[in-house]
Order: sequence, then structure tokens, then C-alpha cells
Amino acid sequence: MSEPQLLDWIERYLGHKLSEDEQLEFEVMRLGDPRLNERIKEHQQFMKYLSGWNERVEFEHKLNAIHDEIDVDAVKQTLGFRQNRVIALWRNHHSKISVAASVAIFAVMLTLFFTGYFNNQSQQSKYSALRRELDNVKRSQSALMRDISGKSIRKNNLNPGNFGGTGFAINTNGDIITNFHVINGADSVYVQNSNGESFKVKPIYINEDYDLAVLRITDPSFKHLSPVPYAFKKSKADLGEDVFTIGYPKDSVVIGKGYLSSFTGFENDSLAYQVSIPVNPGNSGGPLLDNYGNIIGIIKGKQTQVDGAAFATKSNYLMKAIQSIPADSIGKKIVLNSKNNMVKLSRAQQIKKLQNYVFMVKVYN
Amino acid sequence: MNLKIKNPAPTDSEDIMGILNNSPDTLRRIYKTHFPMVLQMVLNNNGSEADAKDVYQESIIILYNKVKAGDFELTSKLKTYIYSVCRRIWLKKLNQLNKKECELKDVHDFLPVENDLEQHEMRDLQFSKMEESLLMLGEPCRTIIQDFYIRNRSMQEICEKFGYTNAENAKTQKYKCLQRLKKLFFQP
Repeated sequence: MSEPQLLDWIERYLGHKLSEDEQLEFEVMRLGDPRLNERIKEHQQFMKYLSGWNERVEFEHKLNAIHDEIDVDAVKQTLGFRQNRVIALWRNHHSKISVAASVAIFAVMLTLFFTGYFNNQSQQSKYSALRRELDNVKRSQSALMRDISGKSIRKNNLNPGNFGGTGFAINTNGDIITNFHVINGADSVYVQNSNGESFKVKPIYINEDYDLAVLRITDPSFKHLSPVPYAFKKSKADLGEDVFTIGYPKDSVVIGKGYLSSFTGFENDSLAYQVSIPVNPGNSGGPLLDNYGNIIGIIKGKQTQVDGAAFATKSNYLMKAIQSIPADSIGKKIVLNSKNNMVKLSRAQQIKKLQNYVFMVKVYN
Repeated sequence: MNLKIKNPAPTDSEDIMGILNNSPDTLRRIYKTHFPMVLQMVLNNNGSEADAKDVYQESIIILYNKVKAGDFELTSKLKTYIYSVCRRIWLKKLNQLNKKECELKDVHDFLPVENDLEQHEMRDLQFSKMEESLLMLGEPCRTIIQDFYIRNRSMQEICEKFGYTNAENAKTQKYKCLQRLKKLFFQP
């Protein structure tokens, strides 16, 4: 008997599918042959494993079918698990969520980095030049107010300009010094005095390193100024000295008072003083004066994240710059006033005098 | 007259009878009755819904095997038995995951069921071994074995299905398949 045939016999014997005679014959064979007996037992055992496996698979199918009938979320609600959907989501997918989040953050950072966001951000937040961006609405409102107050000014105020700063006269023929950043990129520049009269000016000298520009009034309606009352201080000012500035952060003149707080400017810039003084956009180019009415600097900017840190270019650099203007480019060399006429005046009187020499610089582009 | 008769809740011994009779209603009722308790226990102890399902189904399998083997004595409530088995399984899983002894926050009282679990683990081992062996056996052997031994198809049907020229060939093929399956199953 071949092996497959033997297996067939065993199966038929176990399944009671043999005829009665065969069944008996096989029984006898089994009793007489321990090896056959062993084979039969082994086969029986293996069939048990196989059917056990099958029962288990079928049972699991049944269990899963029943499980699908249960509304697990509803059960959870009755048990008092409410936010568990989120928690389970996190628990099951936290690695994927983390990866996705890090990729997203990385991508945002990369984009910001390459678009130069961080560069601009840090500079802007630390240092701001005090050129004023003029709001057309505001300006038209104030122009309206001036309409009521006086007629003479009206004709000069048609266009409010795009940017504004401050400048001050350095001699009688209408040369005005201001910051270079105030007039940077300008198509045309006008200055306006405290009476509201505007004059066209043209830049005759620019020094980007010192952030300085000298403007000359070219307007035919301009008459000579009376002699400049202040002088430029040649020596270093003193720390803690009371100082004040005068400028146009809005449409009328504003005085700011403070003290000299450091001999160096933004990031230890030795060209500038640090001044603790309230200044705002529009103050750029304004004169910084000491108690006696000496010009000790020109306001140019402030540090935005630090309280009371404004910066002013030192007067000796101002003078240096002015004196370095080549004479042939301006016709006649600029002579700076060296005599101070305001020493004995009170602050209020000083300001009254000064007002006539401090101009609002209006920039159109 | 509309008369409603409320069925009294079936007792545990009725459930046992249902299990022995393979009653699908009993299985459904038992499953649905005790699942919330197990879900609560697993969720309370750092598990998920899927964990609860696995643990719970394993406990039902253990219960059925025990009842059918005839050694289930109703010394405790069915509910307590199921809970005890589940908490034991879940505790074991937690210990494996955290590699240290864990404490469980219990939501029900429980019994020692270690012996039942050991028996179940042995059965489980055979089950997964068989599953694995059948998978490795490949076609057409797997279908021949399943058709003949599980679905009780005749050799004649199998012969036609697989296109063997005669029943003798099919028998030889079936024999070879079974031998291979045994080999796979018994190899360590």
C-alpha cells in the first residue's frame, strides 16, 4: 500500500466511511501494528489542530461582526470619555503628526529665511530712521485747518508730499542741513517754515556715510534769512547734559527735551551720540541743542526696542562734512556761524528764535 | 390588548447553556453587555479602542474555550470572570511595553485567572503556528487542504476544481500537501 493510499484509508477509517468488513479488517491491522496505530493517533491530533485553527478563525469573524454593531463612540460618551477622539488620534498618530509639524515649521522657517524676513525684521525692530511717512488723509485734514487759520499759506499746501523730516538753516542764504535718508529717492524736495510757507529746494551736497544732506533754497520767493543765532559746538558735549530738539513729527513744530546718555550711537557707532529724548518719525534732521543753544548734533534715528535711545550725528562730523563740500560745486564756500547769540536766553526765547530756522522737509517721489 | 412581557435578564447559567449550544444570540448578548466595562478599564489604563477590542475578544475566546472544555465552574459572575481575564491580559501587555511592573486602575473586582491564561497561551501558540504554516504552504495546497479537511469537499469535487486527470492524482497531491503542512507545523 502506498503512502497516499494509506492516508486515504486512515481518513476513511476515522470518518467511518469504510464498509463494515473493511472497518473490521483495519481495526485488526491497527491492533497488530503499533506503527500504524501511532500514525492514526498522530493524524487525529493534527486534524484537531487544523479544525481548532478553523474554529478560531470563524469565531473571530463572528466577534468582529458583533463588534461592528457596537457604536464605540456612544459607549465612550456614556462612560464619560469625551475628548478621547483627539487623545486617541494623538496617541495613534503622534509620530506622524510630529513629523508633519516639524516639516511645516522647517518649511516656514526656510521660506522666511530666504525671503530675507529675518534680516529686515531684526533691523527694523532695532533701528528706525525717523523719516515720517505722511498720511495723505491726515495731511488733508490739517490742510483744511490751515485754510481757516490763514489764507497766505494755502497756495503752498496743495500737495502734502510723501515723506517728511526736519532740517535747519546753516547760513543766511538758505542752505539747510538734514539727513540723507529723509530726501533719499526724492523727485523733488520742499521745505516749509514755521509760518507754513513752502520753498523749493535742491540738494547740493550728499554724504551717505554721515547720513547728511545739504539743501539749498532755489525758490525765487525766498528772501534771505536773518543771521543764524546758533553756533556748532566743536568740542565734545558732556554726558548727562540737558539737550533739546525741535522738529516736525507732525505738521506743527514740536519740542523734545532730554539728556545726552552716551557718547556712542547704535551698535557703538562713534559718529553719533545716544540721547534720551522723545523723538518720532519726522524728527530726523532736526537740530540737537544744548542749554546754551549750541548745535551739538542732528537727530537721525532711534532704537525701537530700547526705551529712550535716540541717536544724533555729532556736530563735529556735521562741520567736517559741510567743510568738505567742494567750493566749485556750490559757487561759494559755506561759512558756518561760530557765534552763538542765544547763550543768555531762556529756553522759551531760544525756541522762539530757533523756530524761524527750522524747516519741515517735504519729499515727493 | 397590547401586553408587553419583559424578558427577565438571562442568568449566567442560561448564558453558559447558550455558549455550549453555540447560540449566536448568546454570543451577541454577552459581547455587547460586557464590552463597555472592558473599554473603560483599557482606556483608563493608557490603552486605545483597538487595544480594548483585542483584549476583550481574547477574553471571550478564553471564556468559550473554557466553557466548552467543560471546566467552567460558575463560582463567580460571568462579568467578574471576563473582567479578570481582560485585566490580566492588559496588565501583561503593559508590562511588556513599559518593561516594568505596572499598576492598574481597576473598575471592577477580579479573580486570579493565571492558569486559564497559560492554557490559552498554549492554544494561541498552536493557532498562530497553524496560521503561519498554512500561509507558507502556498497555493494550490492551502485550498486543497481547506477544501478537503475543513469544508469537507469530496475528492471528486477537488479533482474537478483543480483539473486533475483522475482522483488518484488528486489523492497523491493531497497527501503531499498534508505532509508539507505537517512538516511546517512541527518544525521548531
